[in-house]
Amino acid sequence: MEFAELIKTPRVDGVVLHRPFMPTVEGTLCLTGHHLILSSRQDNTEELWLLHANIDSIEKRFIGSLGTIIVKCKDLRVIQLDIPGMEECLNIANSIEALSTLDSVSLMYPFFYRPLFEVIEDGWQLFVPEEAFKDLESMTDEWRLSEVNKDFSVCPSYPSLLTVPKDIDDESLCKAASFRHGGRFPVLSYYHKKNGMVMMRAAQPLTGTNGRRCKEDEKLINATLCAGKRGYIIDTRTIAVAQQAKARGGGFEQEANYPQWRRIHKAIERSNVLQESLIKLVEACNDQSHSMDRWLSKLEASNWQSNVKEILTTACLAAQCIDREGASVLVHGTEGTDSTLQVTSLAQIILDPACRTIRGFEALIEREWLQAGHPFQQRCAQSAYSNGKPRSEAPVFLLFLDCVWQILRQFPCSFQFNENFLIMLFEHTYASQFGTFLGNCVAERVKLQLSQKTVSLWSWVNRPQELERFLNPLYEPNNLVIWPSVAPQSLLLWEGVFLRWNRSTKCLDEAHQEMVHIIEYNKELQNKVNSLRRQLAQLETEDSPLQTP
Amino acid sequence: MEHIRTPKVEQVKLLDRFSNKSVTGTLHLTATHLIFVESNSTSAQEIWILHHHIASVEKLSLTTSGCPLLIQCRNFRVVHFVIPRERDCHDIYSSLLRLLRPVSYDELYAFSYNPKQNDQQREEGWQLIDLAAEFERMGVPCDQWQLTDVNREYKVCETYPRDLYVPITASKPIIVGSSKFRSKGRFPVLTYFYQEKKAAVCRCSQPLSGFSARCLEDEHMLQAISKANHNSRYIYVMDTRPKLNALANRAAGKGYENEDNYSNIRFQFVGIENIHVMRGSLQKLLEVVGTRSLSMTDYLVGLENSGWLRHIKAIMDAAIFLAKAVTVEGASVLVHCSDGWDRTAQVCALGSLLMDPYYRTIKGFMVLIEKDWISFGHKFADRCDQLNPDPKEVSPIFTQFLECVWQLAEQFPQAFEFSEWFLIQIHEHVHSCQFGNFLGNSQRQREDLQLKERTYSLWAHLLSEKQNYLNPVYSPSFAESHPVLEPSTQAYHFKFWRNMYHQYDRSMHPRQSILKHVLTLKESNRELEGTVQALKTKLQKFGVSTSPLKPKTPPRGRSLPPRPQSLILGAPLLSRKEVQQDEDEEVFGEEAREDAPASTGGERTVEGSSATENGYGELTGSFGSKNEPGVVTLEFGVARMTC
Repeated sequence: MEFAELIKTPRVDGVVLHRPFMPTVEGTLCLTGHHLILSSRQDNTEELWLLHANIDSIEKRFIGSLGTIIVKCKDLRVIQLDIPGMEECLNIANSIEALSTLDSVSLMYPFFYRPLFEVIEDGWQLFVPEEAFKDLESMTDEWRLSEVNKDFSVCPSYPSLLTVPKDIDDESLCKAASFRHGGRFPVLSYYHKKNGMVMMRAAQPLTGTNGRRCKEDEKLINATLCAGKRGYIIDTRTIAVAQQAKARGGGFEQEANYPQWRRIHKAIERSNVLQESLIKLVEACNDQSHSMDRWLSKLEASNWQSNVKEILTTACLAAQCIDREGASVLVHGTEGTDSTLQVTSLAQIILDPACRTIRGFEALIEREWLQAGHPFQQRCAQSAYSNGKPRSEAPVFLLFLDCVWQILRQFPCSFQFNENFLIMLFEHTYASQFGTFLGNCVAERVKLQLSQKTVSLWSWVNRPQELERFLNPLYEPNNLVIWPSVAPQSLLLWEGVFLRWNRSTKCLDEAHQEMVHIIEYNKELQNKVNSLRRQLAQLETEDSPLQTP
Repeated sequence: MEHIRTPKVEQVKLLDRFSNKSVTGTLHLTATHLIFVESNSTSAQEIWILHHHIASVEKLSLTTSGCPLLIQCRNFRVVHFVIPRERDCHDIYSSLLRLLRPVSYDELYAFSYNPKQNDQQREEGWQLIDLAAEFERMGVPCDQWQLTDVNREYKVCETYPRDLYVPITASKPIIVGSSKFRSKGRFPVLTYFYQEKKAAVCRCSQPLSGFSARCLEDEHMLQAISKANHNSRYIYVMDTRPKLNALANRAAGKGYENEDNYSNIRFQFVGIENIHVMRGSLQKLLEVVGTRSLSMTDYLVGLENSGWLRHIKAIMDAAIFLAKAVTVEGASVLVHCSDGWDRTAQVCALGSLLMDPYYRTIKGFMVLIEKDWISFGHKFADRCDQLNPDPKEVSPIFTQFLECVWQLAEQFPQAFEFSEWFLIQIHEHVHSCQFGNFLGNSQRQREDLQLKERTYSLWAHLLSEKQNYLNPVYSPSFAESHPVLEPSTQAYHFKFWRNMYHQYDRSMHPRQSILKHVLTLKESNRELEGTVQALKTKLQKFGVSTSPLKPKTPPRGRSLPPRPQSLILGAPLLSRKEVQQDEDEEVFGEEAREDAPASTGGERTVEGSSATENGYGELTGSFGSKNEPGVVTLEFGVARMTC
């Protein structure tokens, strides 16, 4: 298919762009296969380049022959384009609609994007399971890297290499896989160096109504316990939801079959509920006419903050079991691709200082989200302005980022990256020139040949000139476990994402600049003092023989 | 002291408000304080509670571990003691009941508090703020405004200060006539003069208009205010009450200005609720946020139902209206409510702060409070329940003003010379009765009490530790680019002020404080600039010329006053000596050292960060295993981790 077929009017002059808190721009609108471009053709005005993939939905309005298109983006921005001429406006609107909802992945921009920078460090090769396993091997010899899923046949959503207990052979793994939803048998998620406790993740066991059991599954998870030790199973669903799952062949671990494990149920919402929550929250944030009461009641009704609290609490609980209780933990929900990953990845940020560095955080996303099979493409197909019937869209990853932001707010000196890094990740999961978040699992990415045909986000982010924007000037590495407060009074609305386009941040940005300036000036002075001291010491030693002849 | 029956009780448990944690210690009762000293020798925390800060003491029903005593403070501290013996508990309870209800001013702490200053220092403290100088700064007296001596002896209005500024055309008969037509004699006087447009902000109380009464002198008075400003043909009259309240007042012979009787006024209701609504609102807010294991839904619903942020927004909206009328239209504005000492004070003070950058400095903010709150007779004694226990008079009017300033600082982080810690400290002392400034209800009463001779001024105290209250990112040039602040009043810009209302709830605060961190760096920068200079001087002796350093602020060698321990600022600051000694040790070093015995010196923790304080989940189930304790709980104390 040619993009040109979808573009009836490739350019219109005299289009006026309205954006909140910015002056209007008049210029020429151009449509290309992947971008909507508005250029005023004046030297010092910024051009608007919008990826079609970033467009969530559009609205058309006509007053006389003047048409208006309101473009609502997945990054939550809303812009308005006034287009002279009814036909032009209709054509543009139809093209945008068609181009922003292309079904075929291989037509997405990452397959056409050619970087203008030289790729020095290929992001696709940066975080391979073998490397992570080497780290693990240096700490313990209880684990092995299994190739049982080499051709993705045992579990289609798992990567080809998986870390499993050393004593469990591949045959047992296959049997355990057949007992777990989607074949997602328990695998290692995190090894807590301090006390050797581990966090595993899986999907729900397929006990069904007649209480099926699987010896291999029991053996597999028991193999992660030290002699005489007990573990916790954190089921991210309420007990009622878990019970209901039995009727559909799912279920949970029965005490009788897993006597060494204690099960705790939490209540993290399912993905369709989360999508609804996002839509309501963004609607509340975008309505400027609210009275105080209406704002608070809409914020409450969206349930977004409740979701943040619940996810964060569950992650803290998992971390607490591992670090404070000295117990190993198995986390799962239903499929093990959403709430499970929220919990395991957040727990690692709390427990493991390495995850709070930029590289470590990238590795965490790679390990716990991309390779773990979070279906990014399905979840991020639409954002808060989708008006169609939701399929499997859900802001699961955005909620994870929100939780990370909450911890960052409470421990502003413990993270190497800043809020902008998290916002950038949010943007790229929904629309990007990079291939990193395409596809739903490793198998799909291999099939799409993403590593050959597209550029990795990490190849771009990790360039020093880009990285600079994402560094936290307050960062002072510490090796501590950081326990966030989950009281509602301590959890804030993530304004950087949800009010980003609805407020002017000039004063806040300038204040931030001043803070950075103070920090940098301090470093400068420290260096100056050190160099002067050295200079002085040198002179003094040179001098001393003269003074004491 | 005669009211203290039991000065000391041992083995008292202090329960944490939000978790199951508790510590044991000794309770001491002195004439001025209730003191709790933790027995654990390694981290012995001490809690000092001033009797004046205690709002209520409650004896709860007896439990197996003893008799619980619940104490709620005006600075939002809530402490829950369990005293082993019922008799001790009762003794403490009844002593406190007596101690926290002083019957005469002489019993207030300010009259016994002695910071070891001589009379001259004390006097200097009181002279720090000079309101005559402040009016001069605004450009008053001038050709349109003059100082009147009509109230020199408090004869016209006893709740006003002696010195008042009125239009030059307002003669004494007009003033006296107008004052007779205003509630409590509070006739229109100048409180702020916007020199640039010669526009005035005046304040008064409601007119005694009833359904039809009028007063020619009062009409003349408003005419005079209008004529004093050539820039505008009209003046705004802002009635800060909801219209309904003003209407109801008419039945009592009070009310609001009839536009037909006053020429060239533009009358406007603003709709700020009265002191009773505000008191109830805060009470609801505190109930909600004081709930244990509060869910997000209950929190947000409770926040909404309390109406607190709605009221804060209403005050802010009114102040913005005032500032716009004055600075944009160049019109003079007369502000009143019922008596003109609550809502009027809020709106005039906040409006002035929006218009004049001076009030956003530390000194200027003191002047503003001294002018619009203290001198114009905001009834601090009644509103803060200093003496006369009439619960219907108590109301958090001043607290709301401080919160509005905080909300502004959130939107304009570089506009204020001070940080929120300054606001919280002022709030603390408005209720502490430790300094004379806020005692009593009016200037006249303060003179009768001879406060300047018998007590000390808070402002001198705060200025002496000014370093602690500085906003590190304050920019004087911001004032030049933003002389008038124009805040957004979108509902989502108003936030819950956690650091005020949870000031003492350690587990709620961010575990690392940016404010503290940047403040420390800024102090360190000053110190380093000095070091660089000193080193260069030394080098010059060796004949080495060095490039001149361009310090952003002149280096000062003055040592800093000790910083009070504050939960908001996070862990206590290390002295800079330590910072220099071991630059690579993190800020939590000190806390960690407290926690960890010397033998396991590697243990560290992030200040205040603990799994147990946060209550993530109910791990109370049991494995029934003999290797494990019967009940698996997570009571481990502060989380530690080996580095």
